[in-house]
Amino acid sequence: MKIKDLELQSERNRKRLVEIVYKAKAGHIGGDLSCLNVLTALYYEIMRVDAHNPRWAARDHFVMSKGHCVEALYVTLESKGFISAEVVDTLGQFGSILSGHPTIEVPGIEVNSGALGHGLSIGVGMALAAKMNGADYRTFVLMGDGEQGEGSIYEAAMAAHQYKLGNLVAIIDRNHLQISGDTEQVMALESIASRWSAFGWDVVEMNGDDMNDIVAKLSAIDYTSSAPHLLVSHTSKGKGVSFMENKASWHHGVPNEEQYQQAMQEISERIAVLEEE
Amino acid sequence: MIACRKSFTDTLLELARVDKDIVAVTTDARGSVTLGAFADELPEQFVECGIAEQNAVGISAGLAHSGKKVFVCGPACFYVARSLEQVKVDLAYSRNPVKILGVSGGVAYGALGATHHSLHDMAVLRTFPGMNIVLPCDARQTRKLVSLLVDYPEPVYVRVGRAAVPDVYENDDFEFSIGKANRLLDGKDLTIIATGETVYHAYQAGLMLREKGIGARVLDMAWIKPCDREAVKQAAADTGRIITVEEHSRCGGLGAMVAEILSENPVPMRILGIPDENAVHGNSLEIFAHYGLDAKGIYTNAVEFLQKL
Repeated sequence: MKIKDLELQSERNRKRLVEIVYKAKAGHIGGDLSCLNVLTALYYEIMRVDAHNPRWAARDHFVMSKGHCVEALYVTLESKGFISAEVVDTLGQFGSILSGHPTIEVPGIEVNSGALGHGLSIGVGMALAAKMNGADYRTFVLMGDGEQGEGSIYEAAMAAHQYKLGNLVAIIDRNHLQISGDTEQVMALESIASRWSAFGWDVVEMNGDDMNDIVAKLSAIDYTSSAPHLLVSHTSKGKGVSFMENKASWHHGVPNEEQYQQAMQEISERIAVLEEE
Repeated sequence: MIACRKSFTDTLLELARVDKDIVAVTTDARGSVTLGAFADELPEQFVECGIAEQNAVGISAGLAHSGKKVFVCGPACFYVARSLEQVKVDLAYSRNPVKILGVSGGVAYGALGATHHSLHDMAVLRTFPGMNIVLPCDARQTRKLVSLLVDYPEPVYVRVGRAAVPDVYENDDFEFSIGKANRLLDGKDLTIIATGETVYHAYQAGLMLREKGIGARVLDMAWIKPCDREAVKQAAADTGRIITVEEHSRCGGLGAMVAEILSENPVPMRILGIPDENAVHGNSLEIFAHYGLDAKGIYTNAVEFLQKL
């Protein structure tokens, strides 16, 4: 897809995301918004997926390790046709198949997540199985930056290096905010890049708020390399809704009626511009 | 006498030579688990994770998700503590059919202390929807178990000990099916229900009781989950008294499970296990004797239990 089309799709998904969180009165909207562009690029440009055959053997694998941002994944899967709008509209309702974290009840979701620090290990297993089986699918794992406090991630980082998993891509949604505030105040993470380089990973810095850069960096990955790949995706928490951007209070904030209308208006205006272009 | 762990890994190696999807995962424990021969002969089916149980379980989940038949193997004490959340989320909740071989379970690491004991595993894992739990009692049963597990589509926790154990089953002519208890002795005065390596002692105690004229039914309750509820109810109906024996805390394990099953139609019970304390240091048999879990202790308990009623 053209970059403009990806941007348009991302904005449409952003609008839907704000809508479902508003209606469900729950969700992790700040981190949803910061990773939405990356999800759009992965599902529309980078990954091999088939909405009509979610467990297609040759599909690329995606693990949402920052499981609390599942709403961003739900709207992405809905837009790709994995799940219907009717199902997504049940978010937050009693008995819905949609949980506040990913579950395998939803077509297109590979594993249950939500307890942080699990996804990369699972991704290592998937990537290792691909090598053992001679399969060419790639595995993508999306982690949060606050999630980097979980020690099990570094166990997985060592194993990915040990087993030379060039078919594994980890992405850190580097929005700088976790629930209690600035990541550097809560538990400093910098320098993320040098830490992961020291673990033997191929580290790429990426502007996760810029579709051009996302597609350029993801497209440049050499999956035949011996080093696993880490993309530090520099983003803004609450991206695309002016009053939510870079505010920790929107980690799991829910917009009121007025805020909802403002958010929808902002996004709709951008969609109109993109549609004209 | 062969250790159950050795019987397990020998069988796994035989099966893995033919079935190339079988993968063994471990955490610097190839020696403790007795996976050395597997690692040497089938290195492409062997995954070493280093000392990192959380990662090992997560990797196992990813491998199983991608079609591998995964056996993650290491000390029981670590797999049901350090990596408990991965077992809960990545295996049970995500329905990834990984088989965990927890070796040196219970007090098998005796003198190494409570860090290395796993006297809580049944209690904890019993509460995870989708998890299965089995404690084989001897080498022959373990061998049959491995064959049952390879293609079983759910996660299973297998707990075995460390030392060589005497045979409970003297030949291969016995049934061993998932979720079914085996009746080793029959009698009308009481039932002794045991699991894992206490089964041998329960059986011996049953023989001693028989010599004294007391008829004991002895059940090998290898499967804790799914468990043979009918065998428990039948035992209560037929014998009216039950003693349970487990190398586990008295809280939440086999005894608790039997009591739960019988709660609507209770019969007098005695639960033999490790009390709510850090187990005394010693080898397995010394510890069993200390807490009355060896044949003599079970026998003495049975006699006293019957006298009290």
